[in-house]
Amino acid sequence: MTESPLPIDVGGPAQPLLDVRGIQKHFPIKGGFFGSTVATVRAVDGISFTILKGETLGIVGESGCGKSTTARLLMRLMDPDKGSMIFDGEGVAENTQTGGITMRDYRRQVQMVFQDSYASLNPRLPIEDSLAFAPKVHGLGDGEARERARELLAAVGLAPAQYARRYPHELSGGQRQRVNIARALALRPRLVILDEPVSALDKSVEAQVLNLLVDLKESFGLTYAFISHDLNVVQYISDRVLVMYLGKVVEMGPVEEIYERPAHPYTRALLASRPSMDPENRRTEPPLSGDPPNPVNPPSGCRFRTRCPHAEDVCAAREPIDADLGGGHQAACHMADPGSGHSQAGRLAA
Amino acid sequence: MSAALQMAGKDTLVRVRDLSVRFVSRDATVHAVNGVDLDLAAGEVLCILGESGSGKSVTMRALMKLLPKKAVVTGGILVDGRDVQAMHENELQEFRGSTVAMVFQEPMTALDPVFTVGKQISETVRRHEGVSQAAGMARALELFELVQIPSAKRRLDAYPHELSGGLRQRAMIAVALACRPKLLLADEPTTALDATVQIQILLLLRQLQQELGMGVVFVTHDLGVAGEIADRVAVMYAGRVVEEGPVTALMRGPLHPYAKGLLGATVHSGMRGKRLTTIPGAPPSLEALPNACSFAPRCVEAEPACLAAVPAPRSPIPGRTARCIHVPDNVAG
Repeated sequence: MTESPLPIDVGGPAQPLLDVRGIQKHFPIKGGFFGSTVATVRAVDGISFTILKGETLGIVGESGCGKSTTARLLMRLMDPDKGSMIFDGEGVAENTQTGGITMRDYRRQVQMVFQDSYASLNPRLPIEDSLAFAPKVHGLGDGEARERARELLAAVGLAPAQYARRYPHELSGGQRQRVNIARALALRPRLVILDEPVSALDKSVEAQVLNLLVDLKESFGLTYAFISHDLNVVQYISDRVLVMYLGKVVEMGPVEEIYERPAHPYTRALLASRPSMDPENRRTEPPLSGDPPNPVNPPSGCRFRTRCPHAEDVCAAREPIDADLGGGHQAACHMADPGSGHSQAGRLAA
Repeated sequence: MSAALQMAGKDTLVRVRDLSVRFVSRDATVHAVNGVDLDLAAGEVLCILGESGSGKSVTMRALMKLLPKKAVVTGGILVDGRDVQAMHENELQEFRGSTVAMVFQEPMTALDPVFTVGKQISETVRRHEGVSQAAGMARALELFELVQIPSAKRRLDAYPHELSGGLRQRAMIAVALACRPKLLLADEPTTALDATVQIQILLLLRQLQQELGMGVVFVTHDLGVAGEIADRVAVMYAGRVVEEGPVTALMRGPLHPYAKGLLGATVHSGMRGKRLTTIPGAPPSLEALPNACSFAPRCVEAEPACLAAVPAPRSPIPGRTARCIHVPDNVAG
């Protein structure tokens, strides 16, 4: 058995690599007398976006906003309750007779790197064997798979002769994260989902791994979905940015637009919460008070209205639409939508 | 007590001289802290900045004598004029809380899950000040208002798990402030929090520190956090303070190559598209530290002289020191 052929670009460069349409994931909380559902965590509540070929899409938000659930849905580690995903023109896990892509082929082309570098490696396998595992499953011979594992180790900056036979516990956190990145590349995927890949690393190591990710994207022709709570890291690595709040996309657009002309009050607050890096000009007022609300019972209408300084009656009554601000920049805020009835509506419109 | 320790001035709250901490086990000896000198004036905020394994948390715990029995601690620690090393268990119980208090990274493990937060604060107050239960609860309410917990009265009856992360951290700060400590030790208190909550807690700590005139030792790995809260910063590497100085000067022009590397490796806005400066390699093993500059193997400026001995602190301008042989020593003494 030989390895199945390498995936090829189907729809050309203009077609999004992944088109996500209205995906939703709710988790029931069981309780009560007979384990009935007492509440629902609305982790991801109908979000749509595209990931273009060759770009890095940054996904930011605070804990509980649904960014990690989104990562797991993209990887299909869980199935969405609603919505669909189209990978390079083909429906994911749909009926293959009508032109869908099978799960096996999809997972071959989409891989993931997790935050916890230790938990995501098998502690009983030398890293070389961990790396060779997936290629063997996909039909590569023993020797070839081992060869590929060593090439990958070299590509992520770990000398194979020195590291190939080591076990995960014999490596530092940064080295283990390099192994995880190598493993994600073992099947030559086109899309890599990076879920907080540098959050557990020390600053000096974080910079090494970020440089590595930039290099690998170039040399392997990859597309990234980069999920992080660190706004500076997202700004550094992303081409476009998607901001999430309580299971919804509140703002999306090119990185310069989001960081220089943020339209949604939440994005503005998030950016203003970053440490100033200048002891002479320290922050004096916290941009927001309180913690993000619980995604079990999100507020009606706009979910940010409970913490928003500009909230009005319309914000509680109606959910904002994704207002188009031009140049691929959109914000789900009544103030960005001229027809919303908010007293400051239209001020931001293009 | 050594002579150097006794020289402490009137407004010196903390004076640490040649502090070393070793953890000895059957297999190995880990040299976690290797000769640290620190000074903190009353009402001053000192940030100890370092990566994992640099010895920053161990140094801080030594100030409260919180290290496990197997830790071998040498050197002198003077807090508020008292020799911490010489204290007995019953002295420590009085010392902790009323002179020194600590705030931890993870409030869920620092607070007791089976008692309400109000009960935990009033307990602390009663234990130290011997007041009635009603007076203890009144003080708890006062503290909750001090740390700006909304609907404070109702929240006193909450158990830790019923509070959000930010409120839990505020509750822990309230417990720490219960007996008006002169020195607050904070071990990465904002690391586990979301960005919009982290800035709230940092601003709260800064405000409380100024209002109450406390000295604060704040341990962090985040340069940005240090920039928001510190008066002075001590950068630690492999159990030594490699650079120390006022926060603005240090962030604008670090002296030690490690501090330079750390600043260059910290991603901030305006670095997009540029290659990040990295520090090659990884920190050394603390089991066998050479008698040399421990950063030399990773340092771009290293030369044979760096391996000859541990560099002594050198001071190019008053108030700043760095342990690097390339830093000029202009300040006599």
